[in-house]
Amino acid sequence: MDLVVAVLFQLIYVISNLALISLGLAIIFGMMRVINLAHGEFLMLGGYTVVVATNAGINIWVSMLILAPLVVGIIGVIVERLLIRWLYGRMVDTLLATWGLSLLLVGIVTSIFGASTGTTVSPPLGVVRIGDYSASGYELFLVVVTIVLLFGVWLTLRFTKLGLLARGTMQNAEMASALGVSTSRIYMITFGLGAAVSGLAGGLLAPMTGVLPTIGATYIAKAFITVISGGSAILAGTTAGSILLGGINGVFSFIAGSTFGEIALLLAAIILLRLMPRGITGRFFRKSL
Amino acid sequence: MNSGMLRQMRPTFVYALLGVIFMFAAPSVLQLFTIINLTTAIALAVLALSLALIWGYGGILCFGQVAFFGLGAYVYTISAINFGGSTWAILMAVLVTSAFAAALGYFIFYGRVSDVYLGVITLTVTLIFFSLIRRTSGPEYKIGNALLGGFNGVSSPPINLPWNPTSFLFPEQVFYVAMAALILCYVFAGWLVNTKFGRVCVAIRENELRAELLGYDIRAYKLGIFTIGAGIAAIGGVLFCNGVGRITPDVFNLYNAALTIIWVIVGGRGTLIGPVGATFALFYLTSALGGQTVLNNNLVLGVILIIFVLLVPKGVAPTIIDWVNARRKKAPTRARRRRGSRAEGTQ
Repeated sequence: MDLVVAVLFQLIYVISNLALISLGLAIIFGMMRVINLAHGEFLMLGGYTVVVATNAGINIWVSMLILAPLVVGIIGVIVERLLIRWLYGRMVDTLLATWGLSLLLVGIVTSIFGASTGTTVSPPLGVVRIGDYSASGYELFLVVVTIVLLFGVWLTLRFTKLGLLARGTMQNAEMASALGVSTSRIYMITFGLGAAVSGLAGGLLAPMTGVLPTIGATYIAKAFITVISGGSAILAGTTAGSILLGGINGVFSFIAGSTFGEIALLLAAIILLRLMPRGITGRFFRKSL
Repeated sequence: MNSGMLRQMRPTFVYALLGVIFMFAAPSVLQLFTIINLTTAIALAVLALSLALIWGYGGILCFGQVAFFGLGAYVYTISAINFGGSTWAILMAVLVTSAFAAALGYFIFYGRVSDVYLGVITLTVTLIFFSLIRRTSGPEYKIGNALLGGFNGVSSPPINLPWNPTSFLFPEQVFYVAMAALILCYVFAGWLVNTKFGRVCVAIRENELRAELLGYDIRAYKLGIFTIGAGIAAIGGVLFCNGVGRITPDVFNLYNAALTIIWVIVGGRGTLIGPVGATFALFYLTSALGGQTVLNNNLVLGVILIIFVLLVPKGVAPTIIDWVNARRKKAPTRARRRRGSRAEGTQ
């Protein structure tokens, strides 16, 4: 029984981890049809923010939950103004430009902090006991944060004025603009929010993974695949994609080790896209957020 | 080959001739070290050529061209170790890679997966190779006599004369082989895009729906050009592991996948010589940057990619061609002939 609970907890952790790293990308993709290949680098920047801030003596919770999203959100807005807004509607070009941005950010961070970092932060919470087994308290915390974050995005989209305008812009940008919505501003805010969520995710994961300039590469493929498999609905897509792919990853990791878990995830995504070329929410739950 | 096609291909032959001159002149002018380096650059140029063909002419944005390149290199190395000679190994590399690409392409094109989704799938395949092969360190992972070596890779046996496994080629001779292979691949690609098959591929790139309504089976054409491109990439892979002397899973990483895209963007989509030239230029740029520590390679490549996407989206070669054509328009009779050939011409 304890074993079942412990394994189940691991599975839930894998799924929520996937959702956490994908959510920022999903917001930007779902709202703006922009695939942000610099997403992994936004996560990386969130991680660096936490490490730098903690080393400067700032409380780790403050730097993770407030500073990381703030800093990366501001960077996101700057990127949108300087780069992305010239390329709306040209999906392949945005993809390539953000790939360039990703290389650029890796280059800048490497120049400033060096190719590897000596200092890291350790996970701040202790161990939680499940009968004879123990689980990391910090992993539990991450699961909770992911659920809160998904719920928060849902609330924002569903019940606030900004959410309404954003959904309107997403459905029909020209009509929204004819009704007096500044779509350019909505795009800027959305991109900034997506970046902030990515920064938060990166900051939260920094104690688990450590930070490296190239760490974005380990996230981007998984996040990319989850979002594309999920389809264009932000919340339903991310959740469905994470549950399916994370579940497969978790089960195969448990059976055959973590590398095979990742390979199973990637293969599952290929098969899924062959069967449903528009992702899960292109076929099911079409009306969802 | 009729006379019209020969006229279309005139620039291709001119560049090929320049390549032949370079091939014979270079070893007597340049140092051996430079020649060995050049062999690697030539291998990468073949890779760029393969992506120029399938992306520039086929309109297929494949993020995972390095997967075929690396697969070709691995198949060559493993078969050369097992067969004790390179003749069949080269053939195996091209055939296995093309067969793999055909199977993957069947999956993609007959499932009508397109643009961004296609990019995701091909990138995913590349990353699967990366994580799979990295894991294969240890004596239990071997194919025949060849240990896969995981992270450290496998050292590749050099090319030998056909059916004569004891006569290994020296680095200088490998340079001739590589250069000859590049020129042959280039002329082949230049010929292919001028055949009926190539023209239909361009038509599909321009407008899939219209091409389909005209009665062409776009899935088969896309699959065809994709498979041929993979075969050319495999030749590049064979040359690459000969130039470097070993093959490691790092060929499959994200950085190399990005680099391939950059060569084609910078050189220009819709030309063949552009990406080849861009590969040499960027190869020497990154080697030159490797010697200093102020500017990071990633940083420079990132800036180049952003600048090209924003400011020179067509790439260098088409921009130059447009400029030349605009100047020629001043002479009206010649301009008319030009305009006719520009639409489908190759450079």
